Amino acid sequence: MAKLTIDLAGLELKNPVLTASGTFGYGTEFQDFIDLSRLGGFIVKGTTLHPREGNPYPRMAETASGMLNAVGLQNKGVDYFVDRIYPGIKDIKTNILVNVSGSTVCDYVETAAKINELEQIPAIELNISCPNVKEGGMAFGTRCSSVSKVVRAVRKVYRKHLMVKLSPNVTDIQEIACTAEAEGADSLSLINTLMGMAVDIRKRKPVLSTVTGGLSGPCVKPVALRMVWQVAKAVKIPVVGLGGIMNAADALEFLMAGASAIQIGTANFIDPTVTVKIIDGIEAYLDANGFKDIQEIIGII
Amino acid sequence: MKKIIDFTVQENRSLTDTLFFLTLYAPILPEVAAGQFVNIKVEGSPETFLRRPISIFDADPANGLLYLLIKIAGKGTACLAALKKGDKLNILLPLGNTFTLPGKEERILLIGGGVGIAPLHFLAKTLRQKGGYPELLIGVRSCSEVVLRENLGMVATLHCTTEDGTFGEKGFPIAHSVLRETFDRIYCCGPEPMMKSVAEYAFQKRIACEVSLENTMACGIGACLCCVTETLEGNKCVCTEGPVFNIKALKWQN
Repeated sequence: MAKLTIDLAGLELKNPVLTASGTFGYGTEFQDFIDLSRLGGFIVKGTTLHPREGNPYPRMAETASGMLNAVGLQNKGVDYFVDRIYPGIKDIKTNILVNVSGSTVCDYVETAAKINELEQIPAIELNISCPNVKEGGMAFGTRCSSVSKVVRAVRKVYRKHLMVKLSPNVTDIQEIACTAEAEGADSLSLINTLMGMAVDIRKRKPVLSTVTGGLSGPCVKPVALRMVWQVAKAVKIPVVGLGGIMNAADALEFLMAGASAIQIGTANFIDPTVTVKIIDGIEAYLDANGFKDIQEIIGII
Repeated sequence: MKKIIDFTVQENRSLTDTLFFLTLYAPILPEVAAGQFVNIKVEGSPETFLRRPISIFDADPANGLLYLLIKIAGKGTACLAALKKGDKLNILLPLGNTFTLPGKEERILLIGGGVGIAPLHFLAKTLRQKGGYPELLIGVRSCSEVVLRENLGMVATLHCTTEDGTFGEKGFPIAHSVLRETFDRIYCCGPEPMMKSVAEYAFQKRIACEVSLENTMACGIGACLCCVTETLEGNKCVCTEGPVFNIKALKWQN
């Protein structure tokens, strides 16, 4: 049995499998199907300072090997999370990360500071890459100057593990990654969704109420893998890879490209048990190929 | 508790050009109730990616049987229409909430448009088993689309409208003469314009009314927040907080 544990810059994971924000609810939605304590961790849905209703329906369009979404960070706000959600999930024996988003630097800072007080949340994932909100989100993640501003400000108030989630909708992902690293990020996760669109030719209108949305699923995997490989080469902090991982083989590709851990997103919609299958599959691969420790394959290429 | 179960197709019966009726078997069936739905993985369909949410027409847990009435609406359901006896089908179930069951003495009208009769059949059967005598008003375009009359007739008194007048009364369900009678409660499932017209009627007559919505979905378990509908309390997931909604909760009233 190969060793699967990961030390993600001080954040200890029992295995490299996390779930992607916005695809796993608050974890409890999946409790009928899997034992959540088997996961390396899960990342709860994007949380903002104030409640958000999200975008109008329709918010989703199926595409070839994937889907577009334009949910727009629907959530009941950080106080609701702290008071109503956290007590019910805090004792689940895995790492619970909160994905933090905002419209202004102040929003991010205030939300992160509130999450910092939660004893059993060891890390946040700073979402500077949501393509589906008019203000903030991706606007922060596509310019080095704003990446610098928001990561620096949050770093001042957030004392635990700070993961920064990067947008693929940039010309130079390495430059953005290095900026986040320089401002004190403990790890980087990528990629968030790729901006896309779909048209309903019968109605002669966009499918999504917001016209554009975020593309995810196996169709984005080659792009995600390339960016993870580029970023892993450019930074010293650990990289968490995501984008279209559907099975253990996909996960192994990301690990080999340099990711220290991976997140499962859209695949959870097709198979709510996929996460544990991927953990088992990674372990089986390592054992079958004579590896004693998962570290032996991370960044092997 | 929600489960993922591999079913075997026992029968796939084509009813019309667009409607087919699946009988599925699994050794153990979880408890399901009227109003709930299943989410089906479509195998061998490279152009579709997500599962397909389908209402439960009927269930027979003692014999491990699940019955689905499905309309071909796109590539995914077209693929399901081609299923043959013995094929396997991976299904997530039971999903969603249930219809609120009425009091004993109430007079009940169910109104189903097209494939919308599916969850209403299960509801009518449930009501019948509890000693009720529900009435079911079916609205379709033409007589060839009046399907499964035998099954429906066993659990409800049937009324029908066709748009071309080839069966029952001519017109839309909302114009049917049975609506001049008095009902205590209405349940409705069908195309949104039809449900909205029924809701307006129910509002005017102050009749309790529930509708079953059908929004495009990804996960079916409340994780993705894609299938929301606007309610007076904000956006709600049709997959977990629906598909059944009281019309008073929706933003449908003018």
